[in-house]
Amino acid sequence: MKAPKFSYIRAESLDHALALLAEHGEDARILAGGQSLMPTLNMRLSQPDLLIDINRLADLKGISLEGNRVRIGALTRHVEVLNSPIVADHLPLIAEAMPHVAHVAVRNRGTFGGSVAMADPAAEMPACALALEATLVVESVRGRREIAADDFFLGLYETARQPDEIFVEALIPVQAADSVSVFMELARRKGDFAMAGVACCAKIEGGAVAHSRLVYFGSEVKPTLATGAMAALKGQSWPDPAREAVLTALGDDLDPMDNLLGSPATKLHLQRVLTGRALDAAMERAA
Amino acid sequence: MSEETQTITLTVNGETVTRAVRVREHLVDFLRGELGLTGSHIGCEHGICGACSVRVDGAVVRGCLILAVQADGAEVTTIEGLTDSGEVADLQETFVERNAMQCGYCTPGMLMTAAELMKDGEVHSREDIREHLSGNFCRCTGYHAIVDAVETTMKRRAGQ
Repeated sequence: MKAPKFSYIRAESLDHALALLAEHGEDARILAGGQSLMPTLNMRLSQPDLLIDINRLADLKGISLEGNRVRIGALTRHVEVLNSPIVADHLPLIAEAMPHVAHVAVRNRGTFGGSVAMADPAAEMPACALALEATLVVESVRGRREIAADDFFLGLYETARQPDEIFVEALIPVQAADSVSVFMELARRKGDFAMAGVACCAKIEGGAVAHSRLVYFGSEVKPTLATGAMAALKGQSWPDPAREAVLTALGDDLDPMDNLLGSPATKLHLQRVLTGRALDAAMERAA
Repeated sequence: MSEETQTITLTVNGETVTRAVRVREHLVDFLRGELGLTGSHIGCEHGICGACSVRVDGAVVRGCLILAVQADGAEVTTIEGLTDSGEVADLQETFVERNAMQCGYCTPGMLMTAAELMKDGEVHSREDIREHLSGNFCRCTGYHAIVDAVETTMKRRAGQ
């Protein structure tokens, strides 16, 4: 189908975009890479009055190492994240996740910030941001806010970003050299929306899991931190004796959606399978 | 709401064009309808099938997921331009040789996408070729012949 009628303004600066957004609020949509917004327009699932195109805002682009954090500008294309030596060296979780993001033509255009701000339940970058305890930065004419990833993802396509705010950058702590990370997902076809997935960061000491962050996506309405499974894993060796307690706790942590990709029971099963594979891989990588 | 238009100037297959476009029109509708470049096909119009793949500023993108108005100032190459430049002449010959198409609807998108992988002159594995083409649907061939054609062309370019 064809997109409905709307007005279009190419923002010339972040201030310009913020002023437009302050004026139009929920009647406007920010057009970044457009790889999710354009399909919804073409299918007429979304009918905004105004598109504010931020693609020329150079300040929102780029990846840099700033102290012990990596800054990823919201407009950075997926392909730039994929090819970034900074990401490869300091954020191996994201480097491992990025090849799973859609397909080459979508990665050439889609943006890191668009993915985080959209908060699609099957998206890889929101899960990575949560696993890595990223700080997500939004701006509006009212000022700048830094939001912990733990407080950012609220529900299905719902985030702490207000209608007059633009997501401008992520500040992500570099992964410690003595920690490991694993990213895995299951999709029917490579590049399709994941029906189950896990982003895992762990610190293994003396064969035991001293600390972990287990984030599940695809099955849940939002990227979900499995606090029960993490507690069951803490200080324990994997797979024995932790395995049963961790996988049991995961059943309470997760509340899978019932949709065409599978029943809640199927998805919980798949997440347990992935948990086993991911923690096996984590132990192997730490060895 | 009235139909909003804006005037854009861009380079398409090496030629500068200036046109007034409807702001809601996506790039492939513009290329096909306004410029008559019908080599880029429209399949799903929501970014799934890859039939509309075009090159914008050097990178292959979904032509249905970028607005024509966003291409203001951009350098766009369609399958017509790619053919005229000879960049994929050998790949096109190998597509014929290996029967890498039946109805041909996906072929321009396949060629555009394969051309990006072939820019580095490397011989990529069949797995990498499949991965790279995984966002382009073909409903006829089962993909095997397409991967054959891309692989064969890469090897020939590398003198193998």
